[in-house]
Amino acid sequence: MQAIVNISLKDAVLDPQGRAISHSLTDLGFNEVTDVRVGKQILLEIDENDPARLRQRVARMCETLLSNTVIEDYSIVIPDEE
Amino acid sequence: MTLSALRVAIIVFPGSNCDRDMMVAIEQLTSRRPALVWHKEASLDAADLVIIPGGFSFGDYLRCGALAGRSPIMNAVLDHAARGGAVMGICNGFQILTETGMVPGVLIRNAGLKFACRNVGLQVCETLASPFTSGLVTSKRLIIPIAHNEGNYFAEPDELNQLEGNGQIAFRYTDSKAIGPANPNGAAHDIAGVISQNGRVLGMMPHPERAMSDLHGSTDGAYLLLKSLEALAS
Repeated sequence: MQAIVNISLKDAVLDPQGRAISHSLTDLGFNEVTDVRVGKQILLEIDENDPARLRQRVARMCETLLSNTVIEDYSIVIPDEE
Repeated sequence: MTLSALRVAIIVFPGSNCDRDMMVAIEQLTSRRPALVWHKEASLDAADLVIIPGGFSFGDYLRCGALAGRSPIMNAVLDHAARGGAVMGICNGFQILTETGMVPGVLIRNAGLKFACRNVGLQVCETLASPFTSGLVTSKRLIIPIAHNEGNYFAEPDELNQLEGNGQIAFRYTDSKAIGPANPNGAAHDIAGVISQNGRVLGMMPHPERAMSDLHGSTDGAYLLLKSLEALAS
């Protein structure tokens, strides 16, 4: 099954990259942009057919390696989970 | 113990690039060549000081220091620290130490989004008892170079207050005529280096091994390393 991990900086953490992108968008005339935050997405193919177990394992991966919970939040999406 | 009896181990990851400079620096001060230990090793010979050197371990993939922090050797380094062993992380080594939780906080992207590579002024702070600061003259200003893209020290406000209260801030960026703006990367509380609660683990962004001779433009790195080595030998 596939799992998608979305990682974003916590609100309290300054995102200078997002701010630079926001300035560029404004310069390009996209004046409606009020804030930009840059995150990352990790796509995992995992040999596991049970969505609940998959979610549990991926959460462990996020806590252990994929995210640094001091500065980042993560969310897990399992597309095949109905 | 004499300085030449000190056993220093330097951990080498794929992408480390200050390991050899550090080896030369330590040998210059102790007349004893440190051991270079490859990250795949699962154990560590008894050491009086373990150094995690600067560089770009694992190409900074995922986050700086994230993959190196989970390398096989790091379990042995964590055990060494848990026994009260001394550990020093420089630059990428500091990032690796934060990823393992051996020192608090995280180093995020420089506020100016630019790689910062130049001399900075450092203030030696009053700290809790630590071999890394006990021999240094407090409030002395050191000139030591930085070279990093992620040196912007971050911790939650509560944690920063705790670090201040405990005396865990070892070095701060400070004004100096020799250099530009005091804080080169946006680090909270101007923090350039922190120590663990037991004083035995130091993480710092500046590179003392690059300030070892007059030809480098400063010998303050040699001073900093020598005082740490002397404290560890005493």
